[in-house]
Amino acid sequence: MKRHLISAADLSRDDALLILDTADELAKISERSIKKLPTLRGRTVVNLFFEDSTRTRISFEAAAKRLSADVINFSAKGSSVSKGESLKDTALTLEAMGADAVVIRHGASGAPHRLANWVRGSVVNAGDGTHEHPTQALLDAFTMRRRLGPLDGRKITIVGDVLHSRVARSNVLLLSTLGAEVTLVAPPTLLPVSVGSWPCEVSYDLDAVLPKSDVVMMLRVQRERMNAAFFPTEREYSRRYGLDRERVARLHDEAIVMHPGPMNRGMEIAAEVADSPRSTIVEQVANGVTTRMAVLYLLLGGADLGGEIQ
Amino acid sequence: MKTIVIKGARILGGEPADILIRDGVFAEIGQDLSGDETIDATGLVALPGLVDLHTHLREPGREDAETVETGTRAAALGGYTAVHAMANTDPVADTAGVVEQVWRLGQEAGHCDVRPVGAVTVGLDGERLAELGAMADSAARVRVFSDDGKCVSDAVLMRRALEYVKAFDGVVAQHAQEPRLTKDAQMNEGAVSGRLGLNGWPAVAEEAIIARDCLLAAHVGSRLHVCHLSTAGSVEIVRWAKSKGWDVTAEVTPHHLLLTDDLVEDSPVGSYNPIYKVNPPLRTRADVEALRAALADGTIDCVATDHAPHPVEDKETEWAAAAMGMIGLETALSVVQEAMVETGLLDWAGVAERMSFAPARIGRVADHGRPIEVGAPANVTLYDPAVRAEVDPAGYASKSRNTPYQGRALPGRVVATFLRGRPTVLDGKLA
Amino acid sequence: MVFSLADSVSHARGGAHAVLEGPDINRALIRISHEILERTKGAQDIVLLGIPTRGVYLARRLAAYIRQFEGRSVPVGSLDVTMYRDDLRLRPARALGRTELPADGIDGRTVVLVDDVLYSGRTVRSALDALNDLGRPQVVQLAALVDRGHRELPIRADYVGKNLPTSKSEIVKVCLEENDGRDAVLLLKEDDK
Repeated sequence: MKRHLISAADLSRDDALLILDTADELAKISERSIKKLPTLRGRTVVNLFFEDSTRTRISFEAAAKRLSADVINFSAKGSSVSKGESLKDTALTLEAMGADAVVIRHGASGAPHRLANWVRGSVVNAGDGTHEHPTQALLDAFTMRRRLGPLDGRKITIVGDVLHSRVARSNVLLLSTLGAEVTLVAPPTLLPVSVGSWPCEVSYDLDAVLPKSDVVMMLRVQRERMNAAFFPTEREYSRRYGLDRERVARLHDEAIVMHPGPMNRGMEIAAEVADSPRSTIVEQVANGVTTRMAVLYLLLGGADLGGEIQ
Repeated sequence: MKTIVIKGARILGGEPADILIRDGVFAEIGQDLSGDETIDATGLVALPGLVDLHTHLREPGREDAETVETGTRAAALGGYTAVHAMANTDPVADTAGVVEQVWRLGQEAGHCDVRPVGAVTVGLDGERLAELGAMADSAARVRVFSDDGKCVSDAVLMRRALEYVKAFDGVVAQHAQEPRLTKDAQMNEGAVSGRLGLNGWPAVAEEAIIARDCLLAAHVGSRLHVCHLSTAGSVEIVRWAKSKGWDVTAEVTPHHLLLTDDLVEDSPVGSYNPIYKVNPPLRTRADVEALRAALADGTIDCVATDHAPHPVEDKETEWAAAAMGMIGLETALSVVQEAMVETGLLDWAGVAERMSFAPARIGRVADHGRPIEVGAPANVTLYDPAVRAEVDPAGYASKSRNTPYQGRALPGRVVATFLRGRPTVLDGKLA
Repeated sequence: MVFSLADSVSHARGGAHAVLEGPDINRALIRISHEILERTKGAQDIVLLGIPTRGVYLARRLAAYIRQFEGRSVPVGSLDVTMYRDDLRLRPARALGRTELPADGIDGRTVVLVDDVLYSGRTVRSALDALNDLGRPQVVQLAALVDRGHRELPIRADYVGKNLPTSKSEIVKVCLEENDGRDAVLLLKEDDK
């Protein structure tokens, strides 16, 4: 594995399988009464969150704590960052604190790449702008594998605002690495112009894709996109691209429904679909901790690779 | 005044000759000339002093990034004898007072002539015309008007500006960028922006404005200059406008002749390094090829640096927060050698046309951009194309260090620059 | 002591010295299973926990012999100690082995840890920590196919297949049919590595 996990493209097939296999073992630990491991004792993990994301931060925090790492939560709000301190100065502060890993969530695409130039520790991307969210993709793949077995040849459909989705980008990369066949479904306005060069299929017709899908992953669609003319109305979006009961009926019996959360019930996904047995939405949350433990262990559990600072 | 003899220079890359300079003009060109001072130019190419149509000197307002003094030093070291100082200063160069101030600062610095560019609209706001006539009549004798950094996107305002400057033989230099199509845009829209999750800057946002402006210029019978062409489509539109006989000229920057958008994803200085963030954005290999071909065939008239200094804190940030722009005065000739001369697309006479004669013509800069011949003002650059060295901005005269070429080897070196017979650079250092 | 098949085969051919061959290993395991039966009064309430990779195969073999002699099956599991090791930072992060406890767990049982080679004792120390997080055995014992000495912690084995005096510069490799295609214990010089 590389020293950082910034993009799902950083992971070879072997790396990805190693993370998922490790997560499989670690999942057992969350079932026992003592859920803590001593593995990362004395190591410091900093959660550097420039955007509010309680669920992702808590997930990383639980993962680090179960491995006995010291966790420092650094939220941009109410800190020197909101007073105009630059990312670089923040990085130097963390470096002085001796962070072994920095988990960063940032509104700007590429912020983790920049951070990696300025800290010695491992950088884990917990979501950067509209770029990537690799641990979300890993936990999604982990969830799929638990339900469906190996992902080779599995047909996975990702529906919604691909253009602005870091979850979609990471999932397309990771799932194709793992041998799955990904199809993106969205209105053309919510697909990048260059989507044809991605390792996946593209469709505008959800109903046509559903019958052959093993997994349907619904992406959150922000209502604000409507104002920028990406789609006319919520109602029309929901009618063409929302997952309701009738559409779910087109899926085969084993197919599952996923959503990275937070959901807009009634917009991209009907409440009864989100709560149905096909839905993995609650599992995804639990699997998030396990998968992130695997990532932190594999990045920090071995010899210090000692990165260079530019 | 002492006479200077430049011995053995290859004028425009031709056969070695001696050049005698007396009283600020070329007094004699031939063999075995002698003078009070002798400069050995064996093996060096003699080019007419370079003229830049597009330089950001940042003064007044951002003296932390560049001043007229430091920017014109950089210009002289890059072989330039005249630069056009862009109007997007603080305060904006939209009055006779500001342009005269910049012009005077250039005179006092003395490293090269500074021709201020006047803003088209007050405060670059795109709402009301600035006092273009007053700037034209001022001591700075402004002939080039531009809101560069912003596009004059209002079609009516653009039409009026094009018409109005005819009265004093001015030209509007348009920064072609349709603002709605480029809201929050971060880099060229294409495969790389899609992968990187950076808001795309579509080629059409540039091309649509250029097409509109060409049609407007034809309609009102005025001159139009298009700044920093960056796309193959823009080239096609300008080629079409010229084929109609319309008075349209265009420039390209050195960096758009060499660099591509994939550097944002993967480069020797990492991913998402804002050193590559520039307006207009770096485009694709196909665009670079089209721009080179257009510069070679004259569709693009000239090379302009768009030298855009920024302090380090405006570049050592996440991509979206970084300032747009690159410095370029001290590397322009080297980049043109690599992109155009070493590829066989231009000879040195072609370089002289694109980097001196044409920009001087477009900017109506008297006494610059003249051939090296007896009687002409002695503005000349001696250039050694045979050397090749790694770019190290540490030694640059520019106050800023935001060069995209750091660590890359580039050919050539400016050995000497003469402004009206007076050396501003000798042996690669300020004289 | 985890080595790949390719490594052990090539080293074996490279003139490595076989200390134990297949029949020796079987005899040692048979003896250990008898000793376990004696010491635990007929293997009442015992759980055999192998330490991956080869300890797991050895534990299964011991269980098979015990069943053969006593006609009764003994619960077998595996205990991965990777996350508890004290030398994690000396090498790149490694893949985890499997931890699988018998359905009835280990509380109140006599746990016999099974490993291929006992050396510094650090692996066993890790195993004791790991056990601590999994439950509370009544007694913990240790079986090792080879004890090569050089202990760095106050740990000893209850059952030893063979005491093998070695120098620290030597390498002991255990090959097992299940994992390596043959049974053997090899002694290699460091420069063979």
